Amino acid sequence: MASASVPAERVSGGQAGTRLISRIVLYALLVLFALFFLLPLVWMFVTAVKPFEEWVQPNWIPNNPTFENFRSIFADPTLPAPRWFLNSLGVASVFTLLVLFIDALAGYAYARLEFAGRNLLFGLLLATLVMPGLMFLIPNYLTVNRLGWLNSYQGVMAPGLAGVFGVFFMRQFFQGLPKELEEAARIDGASTWTTFYRVALPLAKGALATLAVITFMASWNDFLWPLLVLNDRTMQTLPVGLATIQGQYTFDYGKLMAGAAVTALPVLVLYMFLQRYIVQSVAMTGLKG
Amino acid sequence: MATVNQARAAAIPRQGTHRRFSWMPYLFVLPHLIFFLAFLAWPFFYGIYISLFNFDFLRPEFRPFVGLENYANLLINRNSIQFGDFWRSMGNTGWFLLYSVPPLVIIALLLAVLLNGNYRGRNIFRGIYFAPYALSVTVAAVLWRWIFDQGGLVNSYLGNLGLLQPAWLSAIPWSWIAITICTVWWTIGFNTVIFLAALQEIPDSLYEAASIDGANRTQQFFSITIPMLRPVLIFVITITLIASANLFGQPWIMTGQFYLPTEPVMMRIYNEGILQNRMGSAAAMSVLFAALLLILTTINFRVFGQTEEQ
Repeated sequence: MASASVPAERVSGGQAGTRLISRIVLYALLVLFALFFLLPLVWMFVTAVKPFEEWVQPNWIPNNPTFENFRSIFADPTLPAPRWFLNSLGVASVFTLLVLFIDALAGYAYARLEFAGRNLLFGLLLATLVMPGLMFLIPNYLTVNRLGWLNSYQGVMAPGLAGVFGVFFMRQFFQGLPKELEEAARIDGASTWTTFYRVALPLAKGALATLAVITFMASWNDFLWPLLVLNDRTMQTLPVGLATIQGQYTFDYGKLMAGAAVTALPVLVLYMFLQRYIVQSVAMTGLKG
Repeated sequence: MATVNQARAAAIPRQGTHRRFSWMPYLFVLPHLIFFLAFLAWPFFYGIYISLFNFDFLRPEFRPFVGLENYANLLINRNSIQFGDFWRSMGNTGWFLLYSVPPLVIIALLLAVLLNGNYRGRNIFRGIYFAPYALSVTVAAVLWRWIFDQGGLVNSYLGNLGLLQPAWLSAIPWSWIAITICTVWWTIGFNTVIFLAALQEIPDSLYEAASIDGANRTQQFFSITIPMLRPVLIFVITITLIASANLFGQPWIMTGQFYLPTEPVMMRIYNEGILQNRMGSAAAMSVLFAALLLILTTINFRVFGQTEEQ
């Protein structure tokens, strides 16, 4: 880069120096931001394992670590915490399976099958993407009420099944598959269903797994809609339950953080193992948009 | 190509031009379509319909048609019960957009630039930055409520330094600062990952050419990175605007359902419709706010998308 008359050694020495400094600055910044994201989580777990006398103190290493807070929120007869956990698990699991089934079928049809009205329907799906979700809140509440689905699992799940993200996601994936395999199957006389189920779907395992993870996490974390339709305490999910106990335990952050930790742990574990897929699927939505 | 297709069409009778009508594709889209029609298409019209009624949830026998009265109460009748509350909540959401969108976009871009390099541990840092996004809003808000509460970390450190210890959860502007920090912590990883993916799509050759021309890092950033990122930048600003306009859980938990200075539109709609049972006027609020949001995102596309349309 520098002029040719400068001795080669000095150039490389100077460059190595600035490179080292910029590396140090880079890592310092990276670590600083990492602390900002990590320390609150650490603080949540630290507070959760402190005994009652200790949680008010700002020490980062508990003097007498204990699982008392976890035990007491699960043992408290006025708190259906175990039930909340099971509700969350059940709702998120069943919802995820339904989304996979519904969206894989629809995604495949929009990607591969030809039928009258396909573009019109798909355009309708696209149009709802620009509409703010809150428009649907009150009317959907009334619909779910009229169906008699308030305080029910189907009431929590049904509106989410209308979501178009999964359909786009699967359509995008099926469009990227080479057509030859499916065409070969058709030549061999396979029906539309067999071609989908035996040829296309097995190739979509990776995409389905990614969709499953992000759907499960979104459902597990959902707050506003479950808050709206689940008044019965025994029907609530963990995030809603946590929001209701925070009024009750305002002055016992040890128990609150234990509740937060129980709500956070399953998704954090999922995230730790499947981080790459989750991050990739997010990155994909950006590149498509 | 045409002959290949013709050959295929001949081989597969159903894909020929004279193929028979088949119900099969409709059966494939039907499960999704049922839910789509019931919970996305229908409520669009139903919401507008409800907004024309005095729709008391608890009194199904008494639901008079009131025309545009609900809208008039929000837009013109300054003395209506709704007017003051609605516009205060609109203002609150507006302030939150101003506080939260710039950091969520600018800091996310900065983080993405930091992450976009060849060095050890890059994916670990990316994983850490995105991690809070995996949590429920309840967890994020309860956690930051504890950090900002009277005996919490922030005030105990401020106290050690002999500084002012604000009431973060019950005074303005401190509550907005707390809510904004919680929101940035919780969601910025999402924007960062999207920016990072877009940065990785920019061909290295552009930067090489620029550095041969003598452009330094800052010049490269503004003359290559930003222009190349333009479409993604518009996308990120749009989804951040929408996400911030949907603010609900953070103030609900951190400052409370009835703390009016941080009550955003979403909470007003909840309180008006679900708490006060005035569904008609809550639906009118939703329609107005949704329309405003659509205008805002359209302006955003027009302003930032300009040079692309040439």
